Amino acid sequence: MTEAIRIEGLHKRFGDVEVLRGIDLTVEEHRVVCLIGASGSGKSTLLRCINLLEPVDAGSIRIHGRDITERGVDRDLVRRQVGIVFQAFNLFPHMTALRNVTLAPRKVLRLSRAEADERAHELLGRFGLDEKAGEYPDRLSGGQQQRLAIIRALAMEPSIMLLDEITSALDPELVAEVLDVLRGLASAGMTMVIATHEMGFARDVAHHVCFLDAGRILEQGTPEQIFSAPREERTRRFLDRIIAAGRM
Amino acid sequence: MLRGWSLREEGAKGVAIATLSTLVVLALLVVAATRSPYWPQVKESFFSREVFAESFPNILSVFVRNIAYFLAAEPVILAFALLLAVLRSLRGPAFFPLRLMATIYVDVFRGIPTVLVVYTLGFGLPALQIPGLPVAGWFWGLIGLILSYSAYVAEVYRAGIESVHPSQSAAARALGLGRWATLRYVVIPQAVRRVVPPLMNDFISLQKDTALIAFVSGFNPEVFLQAQIESAATFNFTPLLGAALCFLVITIPMTRFTDWLLERQRRRRQTGTVA
Repeated sequence: MTEAIRIEGLHKRFGDVEVLRGIDLTVEEHRVVCLIGASGSGKSTLLRCINLLEPVDAGSIRIHGRDITERGVDRDLVRRQVGIVFQAFNLFPHMTALRNVTLAPRKVLRLSRAEADERAHELLGRFGLDEKAGEYPDRLSGGQQQRLAIIRALAMEPSIMLLDEITSALDPELVAEVLDVLRGLASAGMTMVIATHEMGFARDVAHHVCFLDAGRILEQGTPEQIFSAPREERTRRFLDRIIAAGRM
Repeated sequence: MLRGWSLREEGAKGVAIATLSTLVVLALLVVAATRSPYWPQVKESFFSREVFAESFPNILSVFVRNIAYFLAAEPVILAFALLLAVLRSLRGPAFFPLRLMATIYVDVFRGIPTVLVVYTLGFGLPALQIPGLPVAGWFWGLIGLILSYSAYVAEVYRAGIESVHPSQSAAARALGLGRWATLRYVVIPQAVRRVVPPLMNDFISLQKDTALIAFVSGFNPEVFLQAQIESAATFNFTPLLGAALCFLVITIPMTRFTDWLLERQRRRRQTGTVA
């Protein structure tokens, strides 16, 4: 199997706070990796570093073998390959659903309007949103908005998708429709790194689970291993709290 | 629409009471003013029907210049101010000189009375007789208005740009859009939408401040200078009121329109719609 992402010795600090303290992680192509851990453990920051939204302080990130943390790397080129979806959707409120999806293909990939529209309609249709193509984001439900954000990222045909707690801002009854989209992507072979609090989903879909604690990957392994037989005391306590909160 | 003095929600009884009390107050004011011993003099100097009838057509005929000044200046101001605002909001050390220049520009021109800029340029530049440059005072006065107003409008734009949440830029950058494409397609369209009402207020001010060109307009009088000329010829201030009337006809509808825009924006924010 070939490596999609290889991260070595990644450090990131915001002022005095060291958020990532030496992350090593390898993600193989067509694999789904779930990052679990308490809020503030560094999951989001790690994803934002992989997309170069945050400059890293030390260590390296390789995407398909190429070090993207080197000087002179074209960030926009990296971002075309690595799509990211955020917890708060971050859709463009002044554009219709269709325009949200076609903006980057047209301006970055230089597709014609007709080509971009065709591709967008195809994607919107596949995820059940084509009839909402002309609507503005504020007319969509939370689940529809998040699906639209996923489609917007997919329209760039990335080889890797990063998903940052994308169901955390949704009402519970809307979570399923978004997770179903991810299941579909996973079975289609998309390489994904998913930060999530949905343990049931992680157990189902992930090939590999990483437990982050205070900026380090404290424990990683298959879902069975992490959820059924965690080695670390902290992992066990975290999972106990999740179970107590009724989220698994 | 007319929030603050709308009677819509008060019903017929409310309207009746409001009308009655307005009439009473107006009547009292009129009685107080006209019974004053000085009223005949005031009436003759400011509200002379004959002088008005004689001077107003001349005043109105040059008011088209004020409108033309406004129409010519506004698009230039909107474009130049946007450029200034974008330069000021650029991040990163490489853009420091541009940011610094734009900041100094805005500080300087916001800090100088507009009349001083108009006067200095309107008299100063034609006096230099530089070949190839226009020598009309009104032209340079207009340039002065543009320079001054661009500084104010740039600040309005900048407030709009800064009000767009950084997550919007992050989302655009994450899709592979570059710095400029992000500004152009994601940040600026949202920023401009939000600042339309304050921009309208600056439009209204600009419309009024075209009267400043009176100081430098020489043989091409605009409405204020024409009113001064008529006033001097008749030893009467009524022509100045005629000039005021010209401005009001334009500015009051613009003010009401701005209020309506603000009200609509407020309503949309309340219902959770993004303006």
